[in-house]
Parts: sequence; structure tokens; C-alpha cells
Amino acid sequence: MRFWRIPLDIDQIKIPRGELHIIKERCKGCAFCVEYCPKGVLKLSDEFNAKGYHPPEVIKPNECVNCDLCEMLCPDFAIYCLRVEECQEEVPVESKK
Amino acid sequence: MSVEIQQPPTEEHPKEKLLRMDRIPHIWCPTCGLGTTITAMATALEQLELDLNDVAVVSGIGCTGRVAGYMKLDSFHTTHGRSVPFALGLHIARPDMKTIVFSGDGDLISIGGNHFIHTARRNVDMTVICVNNFIYAMTGGQVAPTTPITARSSTSPYGNYEHPFNLPLLAASSGAVYVARWTALHIRRLTTAIKEAIAKPGFSFVEVIAPCSTLYARLNKLGSGLDLMKFYHDNSVIKHGADLREVDIDFQTKIVVGKFVDIEKPTYIECLNEGNKRVFGDKYKPYGVDHGDS
Repeated sequence: MRFWRIPLDIDQIKIPRGELHIIKERCKGCAFCVEYCPKGVLKLSDEFNAKGYHPPEVIKPNECVNCDLCEMLCPDFAIYCLRVEECQEEVPVESKK
Repeated sequence: MSVEIQQPPTEEHPKEKLLRMDRIPHIWCPTCGLGTTITAMATALEQLELDLNDVAVVSGIGCTGRVAGYMKLDSFHTTHGRSVPFALGLHIARPDMKTIVFSGDGDLISIGGNHFIHTARRNVDMTVICVNNFIYAMTGGQVAPTTPITARSSTSPYGNYEHPFNLPLLAASSGAVYVARWTALHIRRLTTAIKEAIAKPGFSFVEVIAPCSTLYARLNKLGSGLDLMKFYHDNSVIKHGADLREVDIDFQTKIVVGKFVDIEKPTYIECLNEGNKRVFGDKYKPYGVDHGDS
């Protein structure tokens, strides 16, 4: 993860991680989740669902920070985010210098 | 050889306990802001930790009128414009319940306009969530009392020339004690506003600006609902406590959002009890208060 400057309490703070669940058949392809995901985790896929829309797909599964914005913005209740408790791999920290 | 039928994995969205899942997927268009507003209200109800048996949702007619059918609460789908008087009766019969009116601009402000202002004047304890999409969407895109000047609709193909209503000013001047306006994009602030409005005793009003891609955006050549969301992102100005005479919405100009009014005033039932107490003295048993004998 890139920071503008490394926070002083970086060793105490654990970045939350989320796991996205997409209910593809309910999606209407509005792309709100894709547009407003602050980490750019999602992208509209090329596949079609039964209604003929393109549901989103997760392209950066490790970047999701469980902010719930996609879940709250989705007008069709088709995406939700669950918090992953244990974080196996450490996210490398670097500052923008 | 037996064929094992694999059941699809049952995925449960966290908001499903507040929705009537037999009716989902809903009928609203892609990029409609109504689903987002429902999520905001469901989150607000969850965070308030209310007993859901004590919450009633009343809707009128229109796209937003279908909200009552999708929420797994005591919900009522009433006739056109009569959601507020229906909720008033509900509140008088069961003052212990939280009554929420969830309806559209055409329903609440046009045909139900008189009911709206008089319920606000009496300061009846209810929450009114008005989803404003600037048009009568379900009937085909006619001019609504909130359509901005010069905006096109199916009954104003050369542009609307009527002055629209300024809904926060209307609500505040009629006597509402809580008035806020947010767009469907300000999802966390909208959730907070709905939470505060439900918790507030008295007539509280939340206006939600929601994108309508199929009619308002198409007839005005504004692109899709996503383009309208981007417009809200770029053109919303947050001004808490703004002068309500200056929060009109013109066609594709800045939208002033925020919490405008938050005052204390005795509610209708408090005034009723006080007035009757004055006349009848100790013989009067206050209404809507638990006497412990029922």
C-alpha cells in the first residue's frame, strides 16, 4: 500500500481486509460499484448474466479494505462485502518519495 | 448411477432480513437511485436497533411507491398522494410505533401537497423521506412540481417554464422540525440523516435527490444514471444550516445539500394532551402514554 507519508502508528494499525461477494444474476450492470470503489478493485466483466447485463468482477482481490461503499451504493442488493479476520500476507508499505 | 443435483450456493445479502426477497429483483431501472436509498434506510434502522415490529412504512403511488412492497416491515401501499394522511391515522392509532413515509416528489408534493403541509403544520411525529427524481417517472415522464425550469419532459418537449417547488423551504416553513437534503451518492450522510430523522420526535423531512436514467436523463440528454451520479459528485455543495430561500435547484446547476433545520417543538400528541389537560384537568387521561393498565 502507498502512503503520502508513513503514519507514525503504522505498526499498531491493521489494515482491514474484505472479501467481495457478487450475486451475478441480480446485477443490472449500473457500474456504481466499479466507478466508486476507492481502491479500484472491480471491473465490469465481459460475461453476461441471465438478464443480459455485464456483472462486475473482482480484479484486485487483495486490495479490498472492507469499506462497504459498493454494498451501500448497489441499487440491486447484488454485491456485499464480508470482513476477513486473519490477514495472512503482510501488505508491503512504501511511502511516496 | 445416480445423478447428484448440485444446489446453487445460497448467498445471503446482509440487508435481506429487511427485504421481501420473494419480490427481489425489483422492477426499477438499472442505475435508479431508489435501491440505494432503501439500503440507506435499512442501515439506519439496523443502527438504531429498533424493534422492527414497531416500524411502519407507508408509500404512495409511483416508482418510489413500490418501496413499501419491498421492505419487510409493516408496509402499506396507499392511493395516490394519500401516504401522509394514511400515516397520520396510523400514528394516531399507534403512537408508540415509528411511522415512516417513503414516497416520491410527485406523490408527496403534487397531489399530496396539502396533506404534506398540514401534517407538517401540526408537527405530527413521523418521518417523511421524499425521493426527488424531478419527474413523474412511472407514468412516462410528465412535468412534476419539482421539474427545474428549462428541463424537458414528455409534456414539456420545449422545456419546462413553471417554477419548481423548493422542498426544504416548503417543509421548514410549514413547520417541520428536521429538514435535510442529500443525493443518492452521499450514502453515509444520507444514512445518518435518516437515522436522525427517525429518532427525532416531530415531523422530520429528508429529501433524497435520485437519478432517473430512463426518463429524466434520457429526455434531457444527460447520459446514464452513472453520469448523473458523477454530476452529483462534482456539483453538490454541502452547506449545513443554509438559508433555505437559496437552496432552489435549477437545471444542471449546483445542488446545495446538508442538514438545514434541526429544532425542538412540541409534537401533535403532546399539544393534544396539553390542550385537553387544560380544559378537563385531572379527569383527562393523557393519550399515547403508557398508563400500565392495558
